[in-house]
Amino acid sequence: MSIDIDIDEITEVFIEESLEGLDIMEHGLLNLDIGAADPETMNAIFRAAHSIKGGGATFGFAEISEFAHDLETLLDEMRQGERPVTREGVDLTLQSVDCLRAMIRALATGEDLSGEAATLRAALAAMLADGNNGGVATADTPVTASDEPTEAPVIGWTISFTPKPELYVHGNDPSAIFAELQRISSTEVSCAGFDEVDFESMDPTRCALRWDIVLHDGVEREQIDEVFSWAIDDCELIIEPVLGEVPKPDVPITSTEPAAASAPAAATPAAASAAKAKAKSSGGESSSIRVNIDKIDNLINLVGELVITQSMLSRFNGDFDFTQLPALREGLAQLSRNTRELQDSVMAIRMLPISFAFARFPRLVRDTGNALGKMVDLQVVGEGTELDKTVLEKIGDPLVHLVRNSLDHGLETPEERVAAGKPETGVLELRAYHEGGNIVIEVSDDGAGINSDKVLEKAIERGVVSADEQLSEERIINLIFMPGFSTADQVSDLSGRGVGMDVVRRNIADLGGHVSVKSERGVGSTFTIRLPLTLAILDGQLVRVGQESYIVPLVSIVETIQSGNENISQVAGDSELFRLRDEYLPVLRLHELFGIEADSTEIDDGLLVVAEANGQRVGIFVDDLQEQQQVVIKSLESNFRQTAGISGATILGDGTVALIVDVPGLIQLFFDRIAEQRRHNAVA
Amino acid sequence: MATEVNNDPLDREYGTGAAGQYLTFMLAGEEYGVEILKVQEIKGWDRATPIPNAPEYVLGVLNLRGAVVPIIDLRCRFGIEQVPYGPTTVVIVVKMQSEEQERTVGVVVDGVADVYRLEDSDIQPPPEMGESAHTEFVGGLATVEDKMVILLEVDRLIDFKDMQPMGAQASAA
Repeated sequence: MSIDIDIDEITEVFIEESLEGLDIMEHGLLNLDIGAADPETMNAIFRAAHSIKGGGATFGFAEISEFAHDLETLLDEMRQGERPVTREGVDLTLQSVDCLRAMIRALATGEDLSGEAATLRAALAAMLADGNNGGVATADTPVTASDEPTEAPVIGWTISFTPKPELYVHGNDPSAIFAELQRISSTEVSCAGFDEVDFESMDPTRCALRWDIVLHDGVEREQIDEVFSWAIDDCELIIEPVLGEVPKPDVPITSTEPAAASAPAAATPAAASAAKAKAKSSGGESSSIRVNIDKIDNLINLVGELVITQSMLSRFNGDFDFTQLPALREGLAQLSRNTRELQDSVMAIRMLPISFAFARFPRLVRDTGNALGKMVDLQVVGEGTELDKTVLEKIGDPLVHLVRNSLDHGLETPEERVAAGKPETGVLELRAYHEGGNIVIEVSDDGAGINSDKVLEKAIERGVVSADEQLSEERIINLIFMPGFSTADQVSDLSGRGVGMDVVRRNIADLGGHVSVKSERGVGSTFTIRLPLTLAILDGQLVRVGQESYIVPLVSIVETIQSGNENISQVAGDSELFRLRDEYLPVLRLHELFGIEADSTEIDDGLLVVAEANGQRVGIFVDDLQEQQQVVIKSLESNFRQTAGISGATILGDGTVALIVDVPGLIQLFFDRIAEQRRHNAVA
Repeated sequence: MATEVNNDPLDREYGTGAAGQYLTFMLAGEEYGVEILKVQEIKGWDRATPIPNAPEYVLGVLNLRGAVVPIIDLRCRFGIEQVPYGPTTVVIVVKMQSEEQERTVGVVVDGVADVYRLEDSDIQPPPEMGESAHTEFVGGLATVEDKMVILLEVDRLIDFKDMQPMGAQASAA
């Protein structure tokens, strides 16, 4: 039934807007100076609470709206200056924000959080009662009072449905409404009367009937409201509960909500200036994105230009002579410019500022810092840096991990810091910026740094590296990202880092990114995450092996060299190494790994593409390099399946498909092959 | 009810919903049919981009108006001897349902034959021929104008289960 879907969509919008509102509140609360609250911030917090209350009431989430109402009352007193902004007040409000967030999330999961909500509401009430002004608290309580549950059980409903004549014109169908009611409860519909119309002047598009509806089941009021929610502006509706054993005089609840319906949306400035585009992603948790109206306008302009170019080019469709060639060239150049700009704009729609991911950190740093007894000053730089929504959603967890780590293991306690001659308060910096086609996120602290001796000791102990390996300081520190290097209990006795860092690295690698760390003992550490701006387009280098072309992501390529056979050595008979200046790198023959025919298997004849993934460098042997180009990533999985060493496919200018090499996957495939061969040889 | 024991769920499905139009094609002298509603389009043969370490019958992937679609060789899939592709060789693009996902797959066959309308009564369940024969692809048999038409079970043409990302074929190479 279409009504269902629409309601769900609106509810979804409510949930999204409310969560955004809660983020605004949290952000504002954390920035509040105790005792001297900025009125602008206070207003923003208050407005957000108000919107949630209004939205909650409109969509029939009474618990949420009542809770938000209490919160709003408290905030209003603070805003009006009737109540001082105290640490306790802010803490309680923050807890309430958390609880509201959990309640709103629970709308989707159906979890019951009424216990926690009740405790917090009691605390809010206590604080309100404590204040010098009780009048505000009761001033607008009727909003919630009318929703107060009645003592006697509701065993049914009577509904008097008097549509206005325009009902049909607005696309409502009473029979659909009745069918929907029938679905939730056994229903009796009777015609309560009709306006007399004479046959000549009868207009079939106008509704002249009235109905009485009796529901025989004690369904929720919300369910009924939901059914009528589209028609509510076009009718007079009186919904009265039929009560069970303890009959009380019926309180008629006339529908007055629709007036409030548009209020919450307009209340937040963000909502007013933002348009909403829908993009259903399969399996994604959140399927919509709020887009700045400027971006949409820009897109529309570009489409306009494209249409103009198209009409210009269509002139050449009929008879073409060569004197027109310059004009045609110009047209094509314009078309290519339009296409590029359009592509950029469409990509920009998916781009959101990283502040969405950074927003949670002031709170996290404050709470974790308090728990650890450390004083931390969080500095955020480059909040406005934009990146793809998908990337943004997935980068949150790794970032939390890194920030926690910096707080826990990086920054010292105030005493230690003073002893080391540093200021008591440690600095944790989150910085985001664009560099090339990538976004770079840095998490840095001015703490103790990573103790490389201990890292190396642990790494040898855990068998991650062998004792006789000569490693640079940098390589050693980056060992913390190796799987198997650490689990929590092994690191607790180690002053360095490493809790689940391999997971962080894997998550970032899944996004096509890369993480590295720089650290200086006593000065601090910096974790640098490098991510592609978008997951949909990739800068690639085309390489050729025999008849096939593959795309190697440019971000993975370090350099390309022509090497001679003399630089190649066979190690232990199975793997080849080649010498690149003072380093030895394994040779990975693409034609062998992919089982295809190459022009030549002599290293002399081809090229080695030096690529890096997860700190491991290899030389990929190919026949030839072709051009570099931006490619649109197409999934292989949607019609086929995942393939080792291949991250996807793309369509080249000539319409053929080229596969995109997944460098980390390829290296893994290579190592697996070697391991397999060794096993095979051992058996033989 | 119990007289006809047929454990194959897809065969049972054929008992009820098999009637309809069928597109038939030729493969090694036999006529095969696929439900016409599963056919998306028919296109000429074009060289596909091979996928590394895929099973032999998967020729590769093709660009089908922006979608990347795998192409399988039906002769190879059925273990019939290979012949060079000729002018009648076509790719029938079908929609298959596998692992709760709809996939578009191209099937290379010798040539397209005809379109028939079949009733339930025209269709018989496939004969029991033991494990060895490729009967898993056969959804039923039909007789049209005294010819036998083998109705193909499209959903089973690619077995995604036996293709792990690190396939056995890969290590053998």
